[in-house]
Amino acid sequence: MGLKRTFHLLGSPPTVYRLAGLLGPWVGIGAVILIAAGTYGGLVLAPPDYLQGDGFRIIYVHVPSAYIGLMAYVLMAVAAAVGFIWHMKIAHAVAVSAAPVGASFTFLALVTGAVWGKPMWGTYWQWADARLVSELVLLFLYLGVMLLRASFDDRDKGDRVSAVLAVVGVVNVPIIHYSVEWWSTLHQGPTIAQLDTPSITMDMLVPLLTMIAGFTLCFAWLILKRVQAEILDRESRARWVEQLVTGASA
Amino acid sequence: MSHVSGATLAVKNVEIARGERRLFAGLDFDLASGQLALVTGPNGAGKTTLMRTLAGLRLPSAGSVSYGDVPVSRIARGLTAPIAFQGHLDGLKKDLTVAENLAFSAALWGGEGEMDALADELGLEDCLARQVRFLSAGQRRRAALGCMRLRPATLWLLDEPLTNLDTRGAGLVAAWLDAHLERGGSAVVATHQPDKLAGRAAIEVDL
Amino acid sequence: MSVFTSMLERDLRLAMRRWSEFATPLIFFVIISSLFPFALSPEVAALRAAGTGVLWIAALLSSLLALDGLFRTDMDDGSMEQLILSPASLGLLVFAKICAHWLVSGLPLILIAPVLALSFYLPPESLPTLMFALLLATPTLSALAAIGAALTVGLRSGGTLIGLLVLPLTAPVLIFGTRATDMAVHGESALGPLYLLGALAAFSLSLAPLASAAAIRVSVE
Repeated sequence: MGLKRTFHLLGSPPTVYRLAGLLGPWVGIGAVILIAAGTYGGLVLAPPDYLQGDGFRIIYVHVPSAYIGLMAYVLMAVAAAVGFIWHMKIAHAVAVSAAPVGASFTFLALVTGAVWGKPMWGTYWQWADARLVSELVLLFLYLGVMLLRASFDDRDKGDRVSAVLAVVGVVNVPIIHYSVEWWSTLHQGPTIAQLDTPSITMDMLVPLLTMIAGFTLCFAWLILKRVQAEILDRESRARWVEQLVTGASA
Repeated sequence: MSHVSGATLAVKNVEIARGERRLFAGLDFDLASGQLALVTGPNGAGKTTLMRTLAGLRLPSAGSVSYGDVPVSRIARGLTAPIAFQGHLDGLKKDLTVAENLAFSAALWGGEGEMDALADELGLEDCLARQVRFLSAGQRRRAALGCMRLRPATLWLLDEPLTNLDTRGAGLVAAWLDAHLERGGSAVVATHQPDKLAGRAAIEVDL
Repeated sequence: MSVFTSMLERDLRLAMRRWSEFATPLIFFVIISSLFPFALSPEVAALRAAGTGVLWIAALLSSLLALDGLFRTDMDDGSMEQLILSPASLGLLVFAKICAHWLVSGLPLILIAPVLALSFYLPPESLPTLMFALLLATPTLSALAAIGAALTVGLRSGGTLIGLLVLPLTAPVLIFGTRATDMAVHGESALGPLYLLGALAAFSLSLAPLASAAAIRVSVE
């Protein structure tokens, strides 16, 4: 009973809009605190690495970004699937919101990965690094979903067709990841080193986990804001939106 | 062609929207077996969209359509096919002959029927071995109706079936409808020329 | 005759009558492969090193091209609606279409590939493995291209988008296919990658009909 009612409430645009508005500030504040703490811990508290010196500190941005990038894709696929199966517009709104945010985090992961790799490889990119290459493919998958949706004039069709692509993509991500990893091991010369997190100690781990938590809250805040905007856009003709807009300006 | 009669097409509070535009709302009617419903209205009123919704190809933006207590969208996806839909497009492969198109349709729908007798009825005896792309518009329409005729369906949904047909062809469609209704089947026909089929219609929907 | 066989027969018959549509991807395969020496170098060593990669990329691209119109003509003449409304399972019908398409475009590609491989100075002993690898890989490529075709069938300029959507998904096939060929070129047993190609084929052939059917139903509305 409780579950069904929750499901119903979650399908109601005004409810979700207000809920997102209520949660937003808390999530945002939490994100700021955690990221600040994590940054301090990572830049100041954690000792320099034996092998990589201070260069490894970029992992405090790179690892959380990569993790969020992947998690966002799964979220997008699940939301899109829910929207497809149960015809829930809110679920599609979440999927639409997750895509550009996830893509941005993935891009950030690629850029920070390149920055991390430069001192070690001498170049900004290394094809033999399986993780970076997998992230690149993930970015392509994101772009595919976003472009496909944008190509449809009919918003509803666009939502549902890109939902199919999102699910096909999420199913393929592990396959692609493992084949790329296998491929990179074939061509590992002794000089090429993977971006390896140094052997982790507690003082390194705690800030990292803090950053991951902080990034997750940051992602959540961005999603909440975007979902609110999506809802307003999709429900622009509804009365509650009118009241919201005129009420605010009254 | 076996028929199972008795199923009712129940249209409840149906609202049709095309994109953002709402075409009409609150459509309500029940079509019992043996009955014909005529759908009329100007261009753009939503006749074709309504027909496609009745066929289960799309969902109405509000309300429900069910045939024999099963939602038509589920019937469309399912492995039974009591509904035959003939839309604006012929649904024929133009690189196949009339005979090949008829045979494929029969194979897909598990229908039977005498191909030659059907071709005679349709006036296509000479065209059986000709590829559809060499046929005139009227001949294609008749071939398409022939494919539909082979299907063991109890509900016929015809969107402007008389297009491109001459008087003989239109008479044939009317005769088929009569026979179909007599056997216990039901039909919904969207048309610009209601007078050709008037008098048979139990329900008239004017959009 | 079963529904699968009827559908297969229909599409094969259509392919025979529109053979130009099916010859194009094959010719594309040959032309693309032939352009690479101009871009790389005509030297034996260079081409032998690049040959495997070139052939597989060319096979990939022509598979995509071949399946572009898989669903479009059916959508345009209204036969797709009838397929959806028929009592047959749409997934099964799509699977039959993919099979028919593979028979007409994938199979000839496999037969021509050895000729092109020799032109890239790949050793003749590697040819059977190359062909077998292509035999296992082309069904996957057809399946993935079919998904792309189904996703874009409702779009006017769909054809150009298919590549972007599908190519990232073909990375595993490319990886294992080229690996199998390379191993054969060096005289090693390529059983490992071949097994993996087979697994990918089984997986994608079961996924593609479902995904394509779902996308087609949305597009036909």
